[in-house]
Amino acid sequence: MHDAGKVIPGIIAFVLFVTVPFWTNFGKAAPKPQPELPKEYKKCVESKEFMRREHMKLLRKWRFDVVRNNMRVYINSEGRLINMSLQNECMRCHTSKKKFCDVCHDYVAAHPYCWNCHIPPEEKKGWATKEVKSLTEEASSKQPASHH
Amino acid sequence: MVIDTRVCKKHEPCEECIKACHHVHNVPLIPNKKHEIKWIWKEEFEHAFPDTAHEYLDEYLHEREFIVLCNHCEHPPCVRVCPTQATFKREDGIVMMDMHRCIGCRFCMAACPYGSRSFNWEDPRPYIKNPNPRYPTRMKGVVEKCTFCTERLAEGKLPACVEACKHGAIMVGDLADPHSEINKVLREHFTLRRKVHLGTGPSVFYII
Amino acid sequence: MLEKALVGSKKYWALVFFLAAVFLVGFFFFLKQLKYGLGITGMSRDVSWGFYVAQFTYLVGVAASAVMVVLPYYLHNYKDYGKLTIFGEFLAIGAVTMCLLFIVVDIGQTHRLFNVLLHPTPHSMLFYDMIVLNGYLLLNLICGWTALHAVYKGTKYPDWVKPFIYLSIPWAFSIHTVTAFLYAGLPGRHFWLTAVMAPRFLASAFCSGPALLLILIYIVKAFTRFDPGEKAIRALAKTITYALLANLFLFGCELFTAFYSGIPSHQISLKYLFAGLYGHMKLVPWMWASYALMLTAAILLVIPQTRNNLGLLPFLCLLVVIGTWIDKGMGLIVGGFVPNPLEHITEYMPTFPEVMISIGIYAAGFLIITVLYKMAISVMESRGLI
Ligand code: HEC
Ligand code: HEC
Ligand code: HEC
Repeated sequence: MHDAGKVIPGIIAFVLFVTVPFWTNFGKAAPKPQPELPKEYKKCVESKEFMRREHMKLLRKWRFDVVRNNMRVYINSEGRLINMSLQNECMRCHTSKKKFCDVCHDYVAAHPYCWNCHIPPEEKKGWATKEVKSLTEEASSKQPASHH
Repeated sequence: MVIDTRVCKKHEPCEECIKACHHVHNVPLIPNKKHEIKWIWKEEFEHAFPDTAHEYLDEYLHEREFIVLCNHCEHPPCVRVCPTQATFKREDGIVMMDMHRCIGCRFCMAACPYGSRSFNWEDPRPYIKNPNPRYPTRMKGVVEKCTFCTERLAEGKLPACVEACKHGAIMVGDLADPHSEINKVLREHFTLRRKVHLGTGPSVFYII
Repeated sequence: MLEKALVGSKKYWALVFFLAAVFLVGFFFFLKQLKYGLGITGMSRDVSWGFYVAQFTYLVGVAASAVMVVLPYYLHNYKDYGKLTIFGEFLAIGAVTMCLLFIVVDIGQTHRLFNVLLHPTPHSMLFYDMIVLNGYLLLNLICGWTALHAVYKGTKYPDWVKPFIYLSIPWAFSIHTVTAFLYAGLPGRHFWLTAVMAPRFLASAFCSGPALLLILIYIVKAFTRFDPGEKAIRALAKTITYALLANLFLFGCELFTAFYSGIPSHQISLKYLFAGLYGHMKLVPWMWASYALMLTAAILLVIPQTRNNLGLLPFLCLLVVIGTWIDKGMGLIVGGFVPNPLEHITEYMPTFPEVMISIGIYAAGFLIITVLYKMAISVMESRGLI
C-alpha cells in the first residue's frame, strides 16, 4: 500500500484516542467499596457470597417470573418464601440505593438502568414536577387542537 | 370486564376509576396532548364506537361518557405484531406488557384498533405529582398500557378501577367460566363491544 | 479495490467531506434525540410513526428496484445493462443501509435493538423485515463486490456467485412485499388494509428506484467518462414508464374501491389526504403536488418523443422521484394514522431536528454510494472499459 506512511500513524492515533478512558484511569485503584448493610436484618435472600456474585441474575430471573410467568413468590435455598420485587422487597431491607447498590456499582462502573423506572427509596417523594400551567400554554401553542 | 354505562351516566362527572388507576400505576399527567399517556379514559359514543354511531342516536346516549381502556382482546393484534414478545397474552387472557423488553418500535400502537397504547415520548417522571412508591414508573422510549392490574390480582385484590368505583359500574370476572357472575350479567343485558367486526374479540363489554 | 476510493480529485473529496459533515450534523441531532426522547420529533400518541418510518419505506423501494437492472441482465442476458448492474447493486447497498439507520433512529430504546434477535418472533412482520433487509444487504454486497472484483481482475465473475445473484432477484421482491405487509395486516387501519398494498409498493418502487438510478447515472456521466450507453438508458426509461403507470393504476383501484363501495372507513384517510378533514389539511397541497408530478411524468414518459429525449429524461425522472417520494415518504404513513382509531384528528409534520436527523442519514447513504461508485468508475477506468 502506497499510503502506509499516513495510515499507520492514523491507526495508532485512533487506538490511543479510543483508549483514553483506560489510560487516564491507569494506576488509580479506588478503595474497595463498603456498601452499608441493613442493621435490623441478618440474612439476605440468599447467602452473602451468592448475592454478591449473582444478584443481577437473581433479579433478572425475578422479573422474568413476575412479569412473564405470573409468579410472584420465590423459594430460596432455605425454603423461605419471598415476594419477588425489587422495589418492595430488596429495598425494604436495603433502604438506600445510594449507600448500598451505588457504592459497588460506582466502583465497577456499572450503571443498571433499572432506576429509570423502579423507584429507589430515596425518591419516594417524587421528582421535581414540571409547572403544569406554563406547560399547558406551551403545549397549546405548539400543537393543533384535536377535533372532537 | 363489564362496564355499566347507565350507572356512569347517573353519576357524571365522575373520574374515580381513572384517578385511581393513574395514581397506582404512576401514569404521568402530561399536558401536551401529543405526548399524553393514558391507560383508562373517557370518550363520547361516536369515538368509542365510531362504526356504531349514527346521526339519529338518541340524545341520552349521545351525551353519555364511555370509559375506554385496553380490551385485552382474545386475538390481540398488538401481540401479533410485536417483534420481541414484549407484549404477550398470559394464560388467563390478560394482554401483558413487559417494559423490560420493549424496544419502542410502536408497531403495537399502529396495530391496536382501539388506541389503547401510549408511548413515552419523553421522561414521564417530571409529570408524576404523587408517585406510588410500590409500583415502578416507566421511562422514555417504551410503550405502555393497562395491564389489568396483574400486580393487584396477584395479591387477591380487584383491579384499581373496579375497587375505586363507588357505584359498582365496573365488574370483572372469568369469561371462560360459564357459571361466573359476569357471564350471568352478560346473558341478562344487551351489551356492546368495540369494533367486534375486526375479529379481535375484545373482552370489555358495555351495558348501554 | 478499496484503495481506488482513497485517491480522487478535489471534487470527489469535497463531496465526501460535505456528505460526512452533513452526516455529523444529523448525528448531533440524534444525540439530542437520545437525550430527550422521541418527543423532539413531530410524532404523537395518535400519529405514532412519522417521517423516519416513511423514509424507511421509500428507501426499501429504492433498494428493491436494483432488481430492475439485475433481472434483465442476468436472467434475460440483456447485455446493455452490463455496466449498469453494479451501479444498481451499489445503490441498493446505500439504500438498505439508510433503511437500517432509519429504524435505529425510530425506535425508543436504541440499545435494546438486538432484542429482536434475542427473542425471535415469527408472527411479527418486523422480524421478517429484519431478516430480509439484512439478507438483501448481504446479497448485494456479495454480488456487487464480486462483480466489480471480476472487472478489476479482468475475469468473469466466479461461478459460486451465480446462486446468490439468482437468489437476490426474488429477494428484492420480498423486501418490499414484507415491508408492505407491515402495514397491510393491521386491523382498523383501513387506509393500509388493502391487498394491493404490496403490488402498489412494488410498482412505486420500480419507478422511483430506477428513476433515482438514472439521475445518479446522469450525474456520474457528467463528471466522469462513464457512459452506460443510450440503449440502456432508453430501456430503463421504459421500465420507469410502465412501473409508474402501474403505480397510478393501482392507486386508481384504491380510489374505486373506497368511493364506489361508499364505505366511510375506507374513504376517510383518502379524504384527509386530498381534501382535508374538518379544516385539517396540512398534507393536501403535498398530495396534489405528488399526483400532479406523477401524472405529468407519466404523460411525458408515455409519449415516445419526450421519453426518448435524453436531455429531458433526467428531469422527468426527477418528477417521478419527487412525486413518489411525497406519496410514500409523507402521505402513506401519516395517512394511515389520520384519523386515529377513535376518529380524532391529530395532524403531523416533522420537526426541525427530525428533518436534520433524516438528512444526516441520507448523507450517510449517499456517502456510501459515492464511495462505491467512485470505486466502480476507477476500476472500470483502470481496465480501459470506459
Ligand atoms: C430481609 C432483608 C433483605 C432483603 C429482602 C434483601 N437483602 Fe440483601 N442483604 C441483607 C443483609 C442483612 C445482607 C448482609 C448479609 C450478610 O452480611 O451475611 C445483605 C447482603 C446483600 C448483598 C451483599 C453485600 C455485600 O457487601 O457483599 C447484596 C449484593 C444484596 N444483599 C443484594 C440484595 C438484592 C439484590 C435483594 C433483592 C433481590 C436483596 N439484597 C434483598 C438483607 C436483605
Ligand atoms: C457488593 C457490591 C454490590 C452491591 C451491594 C450491589 N451490586 Fe449490583 N452489581 C455489582 C457488580 C460487581 C455488578 C456487575 C457489573 C458488571 O458485570 O459490569 C453488578 C451488576 C448489577 C446489575 C446488572 C447490571 C447490568 O448492566 O446488567 C444489576 C441489575 C444490579 N447489579 C442490581 C443491583 C441492585 C438493585 C443493588 C441494590 C439492591 C445492587 N445491585 C447492589 C455489585 C454490587
Ligand atoms: C421501562 C421501565 C422499567 C425498567 C427500565 C425496569 N423495570 Fe422492572 N418493572 C417495570 C414494570 C412496569 C414492572 C411491573 C411491575 C408489576 O407488575 O408489579 C417491573 C417489574 C419488575 C420486577 C418484579 C416486580 C417488582 O415489583 O419488582 C423486577 C424484579 C424488576 N422489574 C427488575 C428490574 C431490574 C433488575 C431492572 C434493571 C435491570 C428493571 N426492572 C428495569 C418497569 C421497568
